[in-house]
Amino acid sequence: MRVGIVGIGMTAFRPSTPEYSWKELMFEAASRAYADAGVDPRTDVDSFLTCAEDYYEGFGIFDEFVPDQLGAALRRMCTVSGDGLQGLANAFMQIQTGLVEVAVVEAHSKASDVLTLEGIVEHGLDPIWNKPLGAHPFVVAGLEADAFLRGTRTAPKALAAVVAKNRRNALQNPLAAYAANVDVDQALESEERFSPLRALDIANPADGCVVLVLASERAAKRMHANPVWIRGIGWSTDSPSLETRDWTQAAYAQLAAQMAYRLAKVRRPTSEIGFAEVDDRFSFKELQHLEALGLAKKGEAGRQAMKGDYAQEGRFPVNPSGGSLGCGNVFEATGLHRAAEVALQLRGEAGTHQIDGARVGVAQSWRFVPSATGAVAVLGVGR
Amino acid sequence: MKKVGVIGAGMTLFRRRLQETGKEMCFEATKMALDSAGLTRADVDMVVNGTAPDAFDGVHMKGEYLADGCGGYRKPYTRVFTGGGTGVFSTIAGWWHVASGLADVVLVVNEEKMSSCQPHPQSVFAHIWDPILDRPLKPNLVWIFAMEMNRYMHVHGVKKEDIARVAVKNKRNAVGHPCAQLADANITVDDVLASEVMAWPVQRLDISPPSDGASAVVLASEDFIRRRKIKDRAWISGVGWCIDSTMWTDRDLYFPEYVARAAKQAYKMAKISDPRKQIDFAEPYDPFDYKELHHLEGLLLAKKGEAPILTREGVTERDGDLPVCPSGGLMGVGNPIAATMGQKIGELFWQLTNQAGKRQIPHEVHTGVAQAWGDLMQYGSVVVMSS
Repeated sequence: MRVGIVGIGMTAFRPSTPEYSWKELMFEAASRAYADAGVDPRTDVDSFLTCAEDYYEGFGIFDEFVPDQLGAALRRMCTVSGDGLQGLANAFMQIQTGLVEVAVVEAHSKASDVLTLEGIVEHGLDPIWNKPLGAHPFVVAGLEADAFLRGTRTAPKALAAVVAKNRRNALQNPLAAYAANVDVDQALESEERFSPLRALDIANPADGCVVLVLASERAAKRMHANPVWIRGIGWSTDSPSLETRDWTQAAYAQLAAQMAYRLAKVRRPTSEIGFAEVDDRFSFKELQHLEALGLAKKGEAGRQAMKGDYAQEGRFPVNPSGGSLGCGNVFEATGLHRAAEVALQLRGEAGTHQIDGARVGVAQSWRFVPSATGAVAVLGVGR
Repeated sequence: MKKVGVIGAGMTLFRRRLQETGKEMCFEATKMALDSAGLTRADVDMVVNGTAPDAFDGVHMKGEYLADGCGGYRKPYTRVFTGGGTGVFSTIAGWWHVASGLADVVLVVNEEKMSSCQPHPQSVFAHIWDPILDRPLKPNLVWIFAMEMNRYMHVHGVKKEDIARVAVKNKRNAVGHPCAQLADANITVDDVLASEVMAWPVQRLDISPPSDGASAVVLASEDFIRRRKIKDRAWISGVGWCIDSTMWTDRDLYFPEYVARAAKQAYKMAKISDPRKQIDFAEPYDPFDYKELHHLEGLLLAKKGEAPILTREGVTERDGDLPVCPSGGLMGVGNPIAATMGQKIGELFWQLTNQAGKRQIPHEVHTGVAQAWGDLMQYGSVVVMSS
């Protein structure tokens, strides 16, 4: 049974949203998604999923606060404590069982409510082996970036190319929070943070919410929808321990892609997939993820980035939305945002950042520092 | 929809376990479950983790931290979290992994380590309230459950003695459970009624205490069970889950409508039209003794107000007509929130496959129901299993 995306709703991504609570952000994105799909959540939706982590939300049990603004009270609803793409995967499975016909997946960020992001992320480190070392948790990303650059012989300039491309792409995306006309030299000269990562290599937090409505093929027909099909989806977790995981390549993304490609029957990703939206919350992650997804040969992603292959008009557009570097780090909503952007492109509704003629796109997520978890979705239109 | 069976279960000792990390407890439960199913990690396609607030363990993204202990290394691994409802809900998530056809074998591992939360895990519950409407009143869980218990007693004219019978039954049932923290063969109704008052009408022995522990179950598709000729299996015949509004102050607390809706979903799927006749035993969520009664009514196994009478008449004893919490429940075995999957899903599996040992229901049973409850008195998760 095929499962398609039939409704997309997003708020703008902004550094802060003082006039709205997180509940109101969710209500806005959900209202847009329901209007887009033409569904009434109180009668037409069988299941709701939210993707959230308590510490980001500032609650002991965030699940409590979800139902009302989504229209999910006295209905099936649950929290997937994971990235939005993992929520999408669970909704996909629910529909595949036949029990559920229409499902809603929500993920959001109210980053501007977070006073101590460093403290929260630090609590994700192993409490016995790693947290007592006392380093800023982004050191993990710095070390990983260093291992990637060395392992693949990639020049630091390639990271600057990613930053410049994504920040500039975001200028064409009216929802983006951090669009800027940054060039490679400016990125290379920005302040050093977690070497080799510089200030501009790190996505800044943003507020925002993404809601997708999913339907089985039968329900989509009934709704006269023009779905973006989820052709394949996969997710995986590498070792949570820093000491035993793979530092040079993103094993989680590679395994997730293998699963998604298997379901989507994709054999040659570079020729069968037209573009990608991948996690770029640290610039090197875009390159590392492209290689893990088989969209670039090992060690090639950096060179192709410098050649401009991943630009909006390039051979293989990557993050035409501006990615997280351009739109902002929206925590667990990041992967769902990637999927929403791929779906908009495939519908031909990406406005000024629309790319030409793509029928199949891939969205990829990562659960941020210090995790080694990610998910991949292959989306497509037509038969 | 593929048919899904439970083929193995494991559960650790429930105690204040300062020597072990959450990962280690997960490993212990996972190993037991895999051993009981006769499988190894190589047979497992996907892993689901269920664990309640991160703040208990003090670890952000706790699911990631526990991943290797749960056998999730380099596998598709997801954590689900519906407050206390996670105890049964994670099995529902595991069910859709298999029923969808995406996986043949799924491990479901639940963990809770509450002892790392100082000075008391109750302090986590200071942060589960609406920050504007509730939090300034400084409520705690015992306080609101006292309101719910009071409302239930008031509407149906229930006496405290009848509620205390649940605590006595479950603590006695837990004798013989190898993981039990609070088994007591000699406890009486008078002991419960004489215990310290926490927030009237809740007394100390009306509540299950915090604990540390983990539990695991192995789910498999019908094809796999046939292919491997696995004999000890219990089928998941119905699942249901439902959440009510966040605004707990806006509803009548005497009846858990969200549990009733979740139960109706599960019964419909399991083709159960008369639950009282077609269900042989139940494992409703019993973190407080009155909750067992409240949930029996929500599960439509008793009419509204009838559960205390059934309890008084001995119907819910292990050898009664409708055994309830034969495991000893949370009141007898302990309450490491999500890990109570062991007394709910685990117990259904052990009872239906005749592996419950001293806790085995003396007469034949074919169908059981497990239920958990969570969030702000708003979440119901229900699983029906059959032999």
